[in-house]
Amino acid sequence: MKKTHLIPLFIFILLALLLYRGLSLNSRNIPSPFIGKPAPAFDLPRLYQKDQRISAKSMKGQVWIMNVFASWCQSCRAEHLVLSNFIRHYKVPTVGLNYKDYGVKDYGNDVINWLAQLGNPYIAIAIDTEGRTGIDYGVYGVPESFVIDKKGIIRYKFTGPIDQKAVTETLVPLILKLRQEPA
Amino acid sequence: MIPEIGHFALIIGLAIAIIQAVFPMMGVRLNQPQWMALARPVAGAQFLFLGISFACLIYAFLSSDFSVKLVANHSHTQMPTIYKVSSVWGNHEGSLLLWTFILSGWGVAVSIFSRSIPPVMLARVMSVMGMVAIGFLLFLIMTSNPFERLPFPPVEGRTLNPLLQDFGLAVHPPMLYMGYVGFSVAFSFAIAAMLGGKLDAAWARWARPWTNIAWIFLTGGITLGSWWAYYELGWGGWWFWDPVENASLLPWLAGTALVHSLAVTEKRAAFKSWTVLLAILAFSLSLLGTFLVRSGVLTSVHSFAADPERGLFILVFLLIVIGGSLTLYAAKASKLESTGRFELVSREVGLLVNNITLAILTLTVLLGTLYPLIIDALGVGKISVGPPYFNNISLPLGTVLFLMMGVGLFLRWKKDSPERLFKKLLLPANIALIIAIFGPMFFEKAFSWRVSLGLLLASWIALTALMWFAAQGRSLWQKPLSAWGAMFGHVGMAVVITGITLTSMYSTEKDVRLDANSGYEVAGYSFKFTKIEKDLKGKNFSAIRATIEISQKGKPFITLYPEKRNYGPGTMPMTEAGIDGGLFRDLFIALGEPLGKGAWSFRIYHKPFVRWIWLGGILIAFGGLLAAFDGRYRRTRKVFLKEKARRKGTMA
Repeated sequence: MKKTHLIPLFIFILLALLLYRGLSLNSRNIPSPFIGKPAPAFDLPRLYQKDQRISAKSMKGQVWIMNVFASWCQSCRAEHLVLSNFIRHYKVPTVGLNYKDYGVKDYGNDVINWLAQLGNPYIAIAIDTEGRTGIDYGVYGVPESFVIDKKGIIRYKFTGPIDQKAVTETLVPLILKLRQEPA
Repeated sequence: MIPEIGHFALIIGLAIAIIQAVFPMMGVRLNQPQWMALARPVAGAQFLFLGISFACLIYAFLSSDFSVKLVANHSHTQMPTIYKVSSVWGNHEGSLLLWTFILSGWGVAVSIFSRSIPPVMLARVMSVMGMVAIGFLLFLIMTSNPFERLPFPPVEGRTLNPLLQDFGLAVHPPMLYMGYVGFSVAFSFAIAAMLGGKLDAAWARWARPWTNIAWIFLTGGITLGSWWAYYELGWGGWWFWDPVENASLLPWLAGTALVHSLAVTEKRAAFKSWTVLLAILAFSLSLLGTFLVRSGVLTSVHSFAADPERGLFILVFLLIVIGGSLTLYAAKASKLESTGRFELVSREVGLLVNNITLAILTLTVLLGTLYPLIIDALGVGKISVGPPYFNNISLPLGTVLFLMMGVGLFLRWKKDSPERLFKKLLLPANIALIIAIFGPMFFEKAFSWRVSLGLLLASWIALTALMWFAAQGRSLWQKPLSAWGAMFGHVGMAVVITGITLTSMYSTEKDVRLDANSGYEVAGYSFKFTKIEKDLKGKNFSAIRATIEISQKGKPFITLYPEKRNYGPGTMPMTEAGIDGGLFRDLFIALGEPLGKGAWSFRIYHKPFVRWIWLGGILIAFGGLLAAFDGRYRRTRKVFLKEKARRKGTMA
């Protein structure tokens, strides 16, 4: 038996361990140090209306969601329909943070095609070409969604694509509860 | 009643698979010819019962039996018949049943067409195929029963995902599965050879046509998938490096390496353990693809139902099949001695470079596909690897591979002289250079080295293939089919490269706002938006349709009707692009969103040479088909049958 013939088996075992880990991962429960803290301020140009800006401050007084997304992100495509239905049905003002996408050389204005095809549920889209605001919010990857209350405090963070279960079990009760709170 | 029959047939199928896996193999061990002979009839029975099961499921869909959960979730009475049938495999459970049914089909084919194979070998091959079938049948019966009933059947079904209600998608999965599952034959041959400890030219000659045929289906399936993505998704793209697309590309790359490495094993008795490893790899990657798609480990636009329990089952199955075969490989590979010797400049080395490049390409695509998972498992976060990664790695690796494709054909086995080779290659190299330099001038666009490189590689491959083919002696119709096959395969690749290069570099893509009766000009064609019709009724959808009149130099040219279709609540609106196809360019127009006051947004594409990508795919598959039917594979069979008849004669 030659040792070199063991290499494929060895690589496969590593791969299997990785896949096993992948199965047991629950991406939804990563604790975020930002929960309970004020949403970091941002002031960014808007997609479609580049002369206008959108800021965290302007959203104060309402319960809103910030959804970090990008056209290059497959998981964003996966969550888009569920997210859009949720936004429309519960009339949740949602700001899209277009993360390292619009204006980046490789993607250009892909996001415009993307939204034209899938529909645009956002009240405003903030362009974060360099990802600075993303860093301020401690974004691990895309997509991520932050629920922010009337006082501008982050109350919940969802990592990964939002599915119907997360909407019915977590987001809807949370939004309804936060709306009861005083501004 | 019918669904219960289907379910029952499935369970009988499992019992038969166990017999198929156990008895022939035990027969070899205990030297019981009758047990070995069981392989053939059992394979037939397996095919019969899985066929019954599959037919029952089709019947349930055709008769819109909504008491069956699967039908209720994926069908609808108003769907056209063809999509009722294709919804059978437009979902997890049904597509697995199709997979298993195809596996039994391959088993029957091997048992029928492999009369020249010694019974011991055939018994082992059939047993291994039986084991694979056990895994899939257990998976079906335990975690994904397609015949599950609903206690309260709904009046109407939930309809098939509208994206999948398309002819291309009706044919694409079966085609792809034929390829995936087909590699199980090469895999079983490899395992059987390791168990027997003998791997000779005859073995390679048996395994080659099967590998070729599986590879043809995979090539066809990928081509079809790419074409579907182009006209149905409405983005005008033809490849997205999506995890599911990669899952089909990976076994194709490994399979391409295998097809070439088998040639060396057959002709020169070299690369034996490498060939066996590739056979294991090609099938393992097919299984891995299934795992990635079915388990929901990676998110993809294609994912159907993601379910961790199923994922765990497939993972255990992968561990047994891949882990088991690689352990066997580690133990036995050194016994498969390669006897053929060769020098540095020889066809063997050429094919070695081909194989190594393909293997590296396979691994890097695999790495890119799994990278989000690796990052996730390390707890660093969740990310998507974009197309730039894949484009960056495939450009240099592809260049090496494609340059070698031209050299390889002219190399002689065993030993070649560099001077001879240089003389032969001088002419095609020069012509290819001239095309690379002057070719881009025909397109009135800015010069780009990428276009030159693409044209250089494409013309190099095509010229060398044609020159090599012409030099094969004999007149055109007497050349062996394998020579025809190699020529078509290589020229097809050249056509694909041309298509990819010119489409990627010279496409014009415009997003425009058009008011009623206004126009826009792209690449010499003027597009005029004349009319919009709302609420057009299709069989199971309503549509908004725009009328676009296209004229060239003032002369009316063609009218296209891009649509947006709505398949009811809870589904995404579908873009049905208006396409005018042609050999040298496609005009592609997709309807966007209403912008108020009768204005709409449109996407207009001018895509030169895009059809060459799929045309090339067809040529490659056709080449594989010709090679699979080369005379020498049939000859071995004829010689064997004659021998057998003679022996019988003397016995009598």
